[in-house]
Amino acid sequence: MAIPSSISDPFASKFLPSSISDPFASSYQPSRISVPVKIEQTQLTTLRRSHCSTLKASMGSPGFTQQLNNNKLETLADVKDDRDDIFNDLKDRFLSFKKNVYMANPEQFENLAKVQVPKFMVIACADSRVCPSSILGFQPGEAFTIRNIANLVPTFESGPSEVNAALEFSVNTLQVENILVIGHSCCGGIRALMGMEDDGNTSFIKSWVTNAKNARVKTKAAASNLDFDGQCSHCEKVSINHSLVNLLTYPWIKEKVEKEELSIHGGYYDFVNCSFEKWTLDYRGTKLEENGRFAIKNKVFWY
Amino acid sequence: MDITMAIQSSQLAIEQLKNLLREKEELNEVVTTKIEELIVELQGCHPHPIDPAQQIIDGFTYFKFNNFDKNPELYERLAKGQSPKFMVFACSDSRVSPSVILNFQPGEAFVVRNIANIVPAFNQLRYSGVGATIEYAITALKVKNILVIGHSRCGGISRLMSHPEDGSIPFDFIDDWVKIGLPAKTNVMKEYEGYDFKEQCNFCELESVNNSLVNLHTYPYVDREIRNKNLALLGGYYDFVNGEFKLWKYMSVVTKPITIPLKTNDLTI
Repeated sequence: MAIPSSISDPFASKFLPSSISDPFASSYQPSRISVPVKIEQTQLTTLRRSHCSTLKASMGSPGFTQQLNNNKLETLADVKDDRDDIFNDLKDRFLSFKKNVYMANPEQFENLAKVQVPKFMVIACADSRVCPSSILGFQPGEAFTIRNIANLVPTFESGPSEVNAALEFSVNTLQVENILVIGHSCCGGIRALMGMEDDGNTSFIKSWVTNAKNARVKTKAAASNLDFDGQCSHCEKVSINHSLVNLLTYPWIKEKVEKEELSIHGGYYDFVNCSFEKWTLDYRGTKLEENGRFAIKNKVFWY
Repeated sequence: MDITMAIQSSQLAIEQLKNLLREKEELNEVVTTKIEELIVELQGCHPHPIDPAQQIIDGFTYFKFNNFDKNPELYERLAKGQSPKFMVFACSDSRVSPSVILNFQPGEAFVVRNIANIVPAFNQLRYSGVGATIEYAITALKVKNILVIGHSRCGGISRLMSHPEDGSIPFDFIDDWVKIGLPAKTNVMKEYEGYDFKEQCNFCELESVNNSLVNLHTYPYVDREIRNKNLALLGGYYDFVNGEFKLWKYMSVVTKPITIPLKTNDLTI
């Protein structure tokens, strides 16, 4: 594991002992948190340098033997501990971001370090295939994002949760202008919701997806002719609309939507054939009293 | 030409090019590729459009042409299922998307984002939202690594550190959520007494990640997989002021026993 050659961290004395040979050497403390390893630009320079010298070595320069020894040492250090693989992987990932994005846009990152003014609050699924930054290209600073199982929004009445806290912060403190709930194809959470049985067994997944039980009831009534997969796909979309309506149970959201300071959008990403549907809740056309029905406007289907 | 007009005219050009692609099926591959490249280039002209709906459409179109369509094998595989190597907890803050800062590609990381990247301790009566993500990641997806990423200038941690001592009005939900990090606050207040508020917040941002790592270990399936050596818990900290990333590991270690009274060979250890 490469250790940064210069440590400029103000907290160094607290978190980094003055000499580190192997941060993960076995210890006799029963349970511990290992010393943080800092990844910074200096390592990138070291890496580049070693690449350059390797190139020289292969051309048979006088420093050949020297280089060979260095390489050998590096290889030994690499195989010493399997756990370092994951560290090296993450290190390379961060350095690539730092070089290609962070260092390339110094002004943008200087401004962002002071404050965030996102236009969007996004609620998406935790699924590894549907990251909003990837599929919609949100750049740093653009979207305040929460991700949970099946992109659900519990009602105001359901009491404190991480979703409520994030809504409160984004709407009242950051004053976002758009809330976007994104659902997706082949959602495991919706599958769990549709396949749920009243067998008395409890699990976190069950109690979480129960937040969308009305979407399940509606799907069972409207799409009973479809097979299980078909019903799940149907429910994925019903559940998004259900979340949009739940957003309106928050008094401070409803108030801003009424004043047209805040728009509520639904989105559906189908990753099987790569299509994206987007629609906006039409508050004026919506009468919540009518059995939770609501109108939508500006629907677009992009494929 | 003002920016709105520029955007409109490039959108018009994009639409016309797309129509051309749809209508003239006999176009050869070279021409088709050229036109697609042109569309992408035009879309790149306005990365920050004014209309939010347009931003979503442009963002998705860019992804489809530049990523999805160029990696058919990857997306065919992902359509069948996901088997991410990482589960990541990150803050909702718009500046710290893990896909951006750690370059995670679709399929690589199962990501939970909430205020201040907090993991509550196992509790069967509350916090089913986070509980469900951990249960799903471990039991269904069998992830090998859970990484909790904190960050600099975190609004959630700042609230945890300042309230209720500052006498501010409580929030409906935020305070109830960030108070999960109270053990971290208590540690920091004790260890860094006398430091100024901003420094204490910095320490708490790091300490709160450790609090979450310890809480992760209270989930029975997390504990089981750690015992079986199938799972590693990692802590991370992204400092966007200085462009640095810290990374560390949570470990449980059982020491070798010693026999009391000590035998001579034990003394040589």
